[in-house]
Amino acid sequence: MMGDMATVTALWWAVIFSGFYHGINPGMGWPLAVSAALMERRHMAMPKALAMLALGHFLAMIGILLPFSLMIFLVEWETQIRVGAGLLVIAMGIYLLINRRHPKILARVHPARLALWSFLAAMAHGAGLMLVPIFLGICAVGADETGHAAAQSLMGSNVTTAFIVAFVHTFSMTIAGGVVALIIYLWLGLKFLSKTWFNLDLVWALSLILVGGFGVASAYLGH
Amino acid sequence: MNLRPDPTFHASPKLAMEAPVENYAFTVMLSPDGSQSDGIAVVDLKPGSDTYGQIVHQVIVPNKGDEFHHFGWNACSSSLSPLSGHAFLERRYLIVPGIRSSRIYVIDVKEPLKAKIHKTIEPEEVFAKTGYSRPHTIHCGPEGIYVSCLGGGGEDGTDGPPGIFIMDCETFDIIGQYEMDRGKQDKHYDFWWNLPQDYMVSSEWGLPPQFEGGVVPEDLLSNKYGHSIHFWDLRARKNIQTMDFGDNYQMALEIRPAHDPTKSYGFCGVVVDTTNLQGAIFTWWRDDDGKWQSKKTITIDPRPEKPENLPPLLQGFEAVPPLVTDIDLSLDDKYLYVACWGLGEMHQYDVSDPMNPVLAGKVELGGIARGTKHPNGKDFAYGPQMVEISRDGKRVYWTNSLYSTWDDQFYPDDEGGQMVMADVGENGGLTLNKDFYVEFPNGLRSHQIRLEGGDCSTDSFCYPSV
Repeated sequence: MMGDMATVTALWWAVIFSGFYHGINPGMGWPLAVSAALMERRHMAMPKALAMLALGHFLAMIGILLPFSLMIFLVEWETQIRVGAGLLVIAMGIYLLINRRHPKILARVHPARLALWSFLAAMAHGAGLMLVPIFLGICAVGADETGHAAAQSLMGSNVTTAFIVAFVHTFSMTIAGGVVALIIYLWLGLKFLSKTWFNLDLVWALSLILVGGFGVASAYLGH
Repeated sequence: MNLRPDPTFHASPKLAMEAPVENYAFTVMLSPDGSQSDGIAVVDLKPGSDTYGQIVHQVIVPNKGDEFHHFGWNACSSSLSPLSGHAFLERRYLIVPGIRSSRIYVIDVKEPLKAKIHKTIEPEEVFAKTGYSRPHTIHCGPEGIYVSCLGGGGEDGTDGPPGIFIMDCETFDIIGQYEMDRGKQDKHYDFWWNLPQDYMVSSEWGLPPQFEGGVVPEDLLSNKYGHSIHFWDLRARKNIQTMDFGDNYQMALEIRPAHDPTKSYGFCGVVVDTTNLQGAIFTWWRDDDGKWQSKKTITIDPRPEKPENLPPLLQGFEAVPPLVTDIDLSLDDKYLYVACWGLGEMHQYDVSDPMNPVLAGKVELGGIARGTKHPNGKDFAYGPQMVEISRDGKRVYWTNSLYSTWDDQFYPDDEGGQMVMADVGENGGLTLNKDFYVEFPNGLRSHQIRLEGGDCSTDSFCYPSV
């Protein structure tokens, strides 16, 4: 039981850290919050923009996690599903490793439609997929604890977990992005916008492969 | 792909002004009769350098008859918006179209002194993939590289309307036409935009038969050149409003939006008002209801002249028209430079109040029936034409040729390519720099100038100057 507790704690930290990781990446949108506040000459435009970005990101997370939470009630297929999900995440990582092009459709989004842009950007970069192995790990521990409860209640609790995972992740992402945006906006100035921008494409793709690998391994090793 | 954004990408116009100054200029060299190959001259701009003001390298293309005119970068400060997803592009390649051949060269200028051709796109590919011809203005933006074309399909470029096509900003593959709904737009020239506000403005010169063989006087006097500008929903690719300045405002050419993206106004230069031969600048802006408006805010009068001093084309008018052929706006949106190619003058207007420009400085050089010499005592062929301003706004560079066949009509006795520079005074004012005078190789003329690291007619900014 102590081992399970530690595992769950580690997995939740993974949810939070992945949020920070997404949040500080300018490519996920915090510069748009700085831009909004400067363009509208209102401080309040910044939290509004951050909220729009968060909404889009949250929808992208939940859009990916929900189907998996509904699937996992097939308890006897649990291992296969977790392996399949892990392989899917690895495949996305390899795809992004090979295809380093930015999806063109993103350039057609109106600059004021931040929620839509954030949703599409998260989808295109597999941000939701990165959470799947972590989420399935949390669900698996939960399933063990409740024993062989009715599929119905298991599913219910998994759906709740999906929402909480998506929320916690998005919340930490918004905090991280918001803090960077605020520091740039209030103190450092726009000059630091380009200075804090690192090309994380390679790291991002490798992260997906790593997380996918973790998913496959943990499915075989129990958790 | 870089690991960090290119150091020449700047979030705001203000940051671009504070950046290190330009070391090199890239200037078009063109052979007016196609007897030589065209090229790009690399000019040393480092004060104190042994080769200051000299052409230190040339990229000469293998073909003849391209007729280089305008050109631009593969990437600029517009990449600093997360919306574009191009933050790690390098500002490294110049996209150089031939307006006569429709061939496009991609020139690698990473090392300016070793600049070389990176890729050539043959005219057949441009025709097949876009239905357009005679590529002209280049801007880098959200969907890649945008190229405006002066001609449509067919031999003489009149089979279908001209327009803009998009190129991939990494592979330089042509993607296809930009327009989804062009509305009334049936001619093309320049275009530019405001990226955060998501609008684009385009302008009109004339169709290829109206300019390739020279200006067609009958067409001009019957007001058949372009006189409208078009406002577009940039990302939806739709013409949302066409604004007609009036039939007599012939050739609405350069579009210069305010650089600060919080502003919703800009300028357009009109070559000639056929009722009185004036040159004109219109200020355009978006009103509180979201409608685009415009007002003529600058007029420049023609100068009376004896017919015997004039080229045959102008003898009947007994006057020299100013011929406003290029305008350029400094990055702080303060000074608008207006080239009066006919008069032989470069004007500097203080446009701090865009509705009430004030003439702040003026330089006379060349000009029809006047031929003012450079302060170094040398001749300046034709008149001041393509103008480019340094990012910090302190130096203004210009060349002298308008377009091969038009040069010969308005200045039948002149020949040659020159590039000069004027210093901008602390509180405005413009003085020609005696020490900067670039003479182009024999038989070649000069046109657009691009400054290393970006200039006042390339970069679009996604964040306001604060």
